[in-house]
Amino acid sequence: MAFHIPEDYYYTKEHEWAQVDENIVTVGITEFAQDQLGEVVYCDLPEEGQKVTQGTTFGVIESVKAVSDLYSPVSGTVIEVNTTLMDDPSSLNDDPINEGWLVRIEMDSEKELANLMRAPDYKKLIADK
Amino acid sequence: MKKTPLYEDHIQLGARMVEFAGWQMPIQYSNLKDEHLTVRNHVGLFDVSHMGEFRLKGPRALETLQWLTTNNIAALEEDQAQYSLLPNSCGGLVDDIIVYCLKKNEDYLVCVNAANVEKDWKHFQENNKGAELVNESLYWAQIAVQGPKAFALLDSVLKINSASMKSFSLKKLNWNGHSVIFATTGYTGEKGGEIFIENKGASDLWKTLLQTGQDFGVKPIGLGARDSLRTEMKMSLYGHEIDDTTNPYEASLGWAIKPQAKDFLAKDIITKVKETGLTRSLIGFKMIDRGIPRQGYTLHDENDQEIGIVTSGTHSPTLDEPIGIGYVRPEFSQVGSFFYVDIRGKKTKASTCKTPFIAK
Repeated sequence: MAFHIPEDYYYTKEHEWAQVDENIVTVGITEFAQDQLGEVVYCDLPEEGQKVTQGTTFGVIESVKAVSDLYSPVSGTVIEVNTTLMDDPSSLNDDPINEGWLVRIEMDSEKELANLMRAPDYKKLIADK
Repeated sequence: MKKTPLYEDHIQLGARMVEFAGWQMPIQYSNLKDEHLTVRNHVGLFDVSHMGEFRLKGPRALETLQWLTTNNIAALEEDQAQYSLLPNSCGGLVDDIIVYCLKKNEDYLVCVNAANVEKDWKHFQENNKGAELVNESLYWAQIAVQGPKAFALLDSVLKINSASMKSFSLKKLNWNGHSVIFATTGYTGEKGGEIFIENKGASDLWKTLLQTGQDFGVKPIGLGARDSLRTEMKMSLYGHEIDDTTNPYEASLGWAIKPQAKDFLAKDIITKVKETGLTRSLIGFKMIDRGIPRQGYTLHDENDQEIGIVTSGTHSPTLDEPIGIGYVRPEFSQVGSFFYVDIRGKKTKASTCKTPFIAK
């Protein structure tokens, strides 16, 4: 299956994406992650104001068969949560890289972006799966 | 890792393969929800060739089985099948099984869980009372055909009248030159059956069922949906609801124990709970607060005292809501009782409900 992997996003090895707009980072899961999970039926997201740390869990998404942790691509403060997903996670299944975004984080330091992958490396990562 | 005779078929169908009990098995083909609802609304095919099969023959076959199992095999007539349990010497369960009577008193086939084949085989050998015992696990492939359209498909392919067969009965037949045992058993709550076929005929039979089944909306179904289907029916899965320490009465399996009819291994220990009373009961529950229960999550009362544990949980594709199975202290087994599931540290309200979760 061909997954859409935007060139301007950053990626974690746990299959989150991060779109950076100055110091605001929008976070979601990749199409590959959604495909691996199957239909997402539940998500547990942090509340606004919560502090998150790069590489640590900030929430959970569940499919019928599995529970998956969500890992924050950057450290910072959650400033917005896609609360529509709590009641109806369908956009997370249909369009995980746009409409199905999870949270927006005000990042502490853009230096952390150096720890993330860019699209060519992420493509290599999933090609090996 | 072992491959079933349908391995190449799964790959061609685009299945996602996983390791299960030492076998390469399809976890899903398209998506779990779609496969699940296909079985509920049309008909699905499952490769269950990883299951184990033991054959017990000869004049001591019945005596051996009676000692090893809790249900009454003597009541089984030729071409009937029976759900039963294998107790261990401590009163726990080695496995849950189905016994097929091929010839009364003389010839029985026992189907065991894939994950338990080695353990069960050792147990049979150690407790054999003189039956001719053969492990036929690598001889038989097994295809389950389940769903409201299953009988129509089975009749068309196997040239039988399956709707006229009682539940838990079987037919020995020949398909395309291969010996076949067809039984009206299953693990989904739907109509249908399971076909034992010798390995070399399995792929042809699978292809024929898929092709003929196009008219009935047939799809291949992975292990993922097999689990959500059985959970909706509150059917036990070894390693979840039952294990080496389970008293079968606690697991609501008393209907498969016949202490009046016969003696069997650890009978006194198992039946003792009928006098002393159960310390826990297996129940179904639904969530009042948001969250999906999963195996191993603990259950608590209002004062945060632990009162039980989740054995299986999922998001029910049929009901589109979370469902759970678990052990609770008996006072929480009444329908409508409230308790809390510890979901990642959050106390999440739930209540005991009627089971099966869906009406069948």
